Formats: sequence, C-alpha cells, structure tokens
Amino acid sequence: MCGIVGLFLKDKSLEPQLGSMLSQMLISLSDRGPDSAGIAIYGATSKNEAKITIQSAKPERDFHGLDAELAKAIGAPVSIAVKSTHAVLRTAPYKVDAAREALQSIRPDVRIMGAGEAVEIYKEVGLPEAVVDRFDVRSMTGTHGIGHTRMATESAVTTMGAHPFSTGADQCLVHNGSLSNHNNVRRELRREGMTFETENDTEVAAAYLSSQMAHGKNLGEALEGTLSDLDGFFTFVVGTKNGFGVVRDPIACKPAVMAETDQYVAFGSEYRALTKLPGIDNARVWEPEPATVYFWEH
Amino acid sequence: MPATKLSKVAQDQASRVFDLDVSSLRELNQALHNLTPGSNETAWEVLHPKGSHSVAVGVDQPVTIDVRGSVGYYCAGMNDGATITVHGSAGPGVGENMMSGSIVIKGDASQYAGATGRGGLLVIEGNASSRCGISMKGIDIVVHGNIGHMSAFMAQSGNLVVLGDAGDALGDSIYEARLFVRGKVESLGADCIAKEMRAEHIDLLQGLLDRAGVTGVKPSEFKRYGSARTLYNFNIDNADAY
Repeated sequence: MCGIVGLFLKDKSLEPQLGSMLSQMLISLSDRGPDSAGIAIYGATSKNEAKITIQSAKPERDFHGLDAELAKAIGAPVSIAVKSTHAVLRTAPYKVDAAREALQSIRPDVRIMGAGEAVEIYKEVGLPEAVVDRFDVRSMTGTHGIGHTRMATESAVTTMGAHPFSTGADQCLVHNGSLSNHNNVRRELRREGMTFETENDTEVAAAYLSSQMAHGKNLGEALEGTLSDLDGFFTFVVGTKNGFGVVRDPIACKPAVMAETDQYVAFGSEYRALTKLPGIDNARVWEPEPATVYFWEH
Repeated sequence: MPATKLSKVAQDQASRVFDLDVSSLRELNQALHNLTPGSNETAWEVLHPKGSHSVAVGVDQPVTIDVRGSVGYYCAGMNDGATITVHGSAGPGVGENMMSGSIVIKGDASQYAGATGRGGLLVIEGNASSRCGISMKGIDIVVHGNIGHMSAFMAQSGNLVVLGDAGDALGDSIYEARLFVRGKVESLGADCIAKEMRAEHIDLLQGLLDRAGVTGVKPSEFKRYGSARTLYNFNIDNADAY
C-alpha cells in the first residue's frame, strides 16, 4: 500500500492554502499507510538564501545554539527555525556545502532531510494527521508540494525510512510500491561513493536519481532510466524547484489518479484524496499511463 | 389528495436515498443486503460517494442503484441482479466477480474492471485501464473508449467489446473468451490471435452493442481476437517459457 499525493498550484491565490490542501489530501489516505508520513513543501525562493531542513532525535540538545555555532564554522550568517524534531537552517546559497560538512562535525547526530532554495521536508513516524500537526504543515504557504503516508514493506518504520527522500538540491521523491533489486542497485551506488542512511528501497531510488543527474542527465532522463534500471513496483512522484513529475512502472499495479483545472494539477493514489479540492467536479480527471514520464513546471 | 401529489408520495416510498455525507458506507451496504425478494424498495440513490471503497458490493436483488459521483475500489463487486449506474468514474476492481445484472460507469474505470466476472453486463462509457476483464468467466464487458495493457489476461469465457484501442498484451494466455476491438491493438499476448468474424459473431456483437446502448457503430467495424489454443496442454517445447 502507501498513499502519495502531489499538488501543483497554477493559481497564485491558492498559495496560502497549499499546506492545508496538501495536508487534507494526505490525511484522506491515512488507511493506505499508518506507519509514518512526510511532506515536502516548496515555498518562496530567494536568490540570497538557501534552506537546509535538518532532523534530530534529540532536538533540544542538537538545535540549541546551532545557528551561532554553524555561522562561526562557515563564516556566514545562519538562522534557525525549529519545528519539533525538525529545523530549517537558512544561509547563503554558496555556503550550503560548507554547512553540510560543518554539521557532520559539530552535530554528528543531526540528519539532513533536504536542501535547496525552496524545499522544506518534514517526516516522522505516526499517522498523517499527527505528523501534519507536529510540523504545523496546514499553515504553510507554497507553490507546490508532495506527500506520503507509509505502510512499510522493505525496511523498518523509522523517521529516516519515511518519505520524501531528497534526491538533490530542491528535489525529492515519494514512492508507492516496492523495489526488488534495491540491494544490487545500492551496492553499485555505494561503489560510486554514495552513502545510505537506511535499508529502504526508496532511498535507493532517490540515490539512483541523484547519481544519474550527477552523470549529466536531467530529471526527466533520470526518471526514464528508472523504467529500465529499477525492478519492482513503483509509482514515483518527484518534487523539483519548479514543479513535480510522475512516473509509473510498466506494470502499473500501484494506483494513481490525476486531476487538472485552471487552478492546479493534483495527484493522488486514489480519487478520495482529490474530492475536497476546489472545482474537482469539473476537473479533468485521468489515470496516468504506465511507463510514461509526466511533468508540470512553473 | 390530487393525483400528482399521490404519485410523489408513491415515488418517495419506492426510492431510498443514501447520502454518504450523513450515513456510513456500512449502513448503505447493510440496507442493500437486507433487501428481500419482492421488496418495494426498488430504486436507490447514493449521494456524495467521494471515492469511497466498496460502494454497493454484494447486492443480490434486482434493484436499481444510481451512484451520483465517483467511487473508489471495488464498487458493485459480486453484483447479482442489480442495475447499478455510477454517474462518475470508478476506481480499481469495479464489478469484480459480477454474477448477473448490469453495471454502467458513466466515466472512466481504473484497473481490473470486471475481473473474474461470471455473468451480467459491465458498460464503461469512458476508458478502462489495465487488466480490464482479467480472468473473466462469462461476464460481458463493453468499453466505449480504450482499454489498457494486459486486458483479458487468462480470460476464460464471456465477451469483451472495445470501441477504442487496446493496450499491450491483449488476451495473454486466453481461454475461450471472445474479444472484439474496433480500434488499434498495441500487441497481442501469448496465444491470442486475430480470428475471422463470422455471421454468428456479427449477430452476437450486434446484440452486445444493443444491450450496451451503443448506436452508430457497426459490428463489421470490429476485429475478433481469441485463443490459438496452443497453451491448453503441456508441450515440452515450451518448457523454457515457464
């Protein structure tokens, strides 16, 4: 099982409601996966500022004074906004790599959920409603976002095993399905020098996309590659800085429904997730084709 | 009492409306299961289904049910005699294992529509997705639009009529079901071949089109597909395929 949702707004007037719309969509699919849930929201971007979403099992200890220590370590201003077990660090875009490196030494237990100009990623163990409440997702504004509620099959129920998984700057992935060749692909990617936090199959898919793009492919080409290189069942939804994409494996047994109006493009594992969206009764609703990459961008 | 008012009262008594915003799905299905032969409650209307799963499953009385909106998984499964119309689209597994009666989907249907159906008529006025009619065992399915890949996989008997196109691997490992496709077939599955349209098939197809309310389409516009019957018995030359 697992449930996935995506929402890409065309109508700017809906942006203040993105968090609440996406939350409602995800909560409606709670019975597809009660283990853990996560959401990636793409908010306003600034050329002068990058965001790094971090997570800690001991946020009081790890986040206290982190902004000042990190600023000192990288020699640039850093701000921190703490939300429960997660925090968003803001700094100059050219300092992101330095900040990642510094975090490893000054806060070795802190995990990086994702980074970029726009994206913030929040995920935790628990039902979608609890996760959404914990991070106050309903109040978040943004242009687009993706979400996931998990029924674990391939690895343990942990924060790091929840989706979305970051695939690169401002990119992340959610997955419904299970991959059967993830151990092989993980071994190959480790040989390339990639590191893994979990035994999770989706993390391998995310790392595969990152690796393909590091070799010069664009995201569309990397997604095409999943059709031949990843074995198993998948419906992937990926978030990018400007939009989101959808691809299903050629067998396409994992469900998917899409809806489009003048105001938005929406994705849901089931139609249930879309029923409260404005104007849904007159939306174009369809099932994405197998082995076909779809993309919407601003 | 004026005659018009009397008929309105009579209609209210005969028609039961279930609003799924107010009543639970379980209440709806239990009420349908409580129907006994000869019941006066012959017309049912379901409001606000909003993608719910298992709407009107297991109905075994000849009532009419109009579902006003789109439904999720397994709508009208195991239908035995009811006439069920979904005024919207249906999720996976609509009409699974139907025994008799009819189901009409005004919109699209997701994967494995009519799977394992043993009888009755399933009409999809939009497109059907993958695995339409998988393992069908006597059901008749008429799709106004296209069907997806692996449709009629291991189909045993019954008829699948497609006014549009069919996806990859149509009729893979098919037994004795008859497939009629008016448009393009992306590819045929193992042991599925094009067959001659004889007079008996024209008659059969005309009857199916009539029952499904299809007009302006002639049986001669279709091609027939069925089993080459080469997989019926074990053949040592096929050992590599297993």
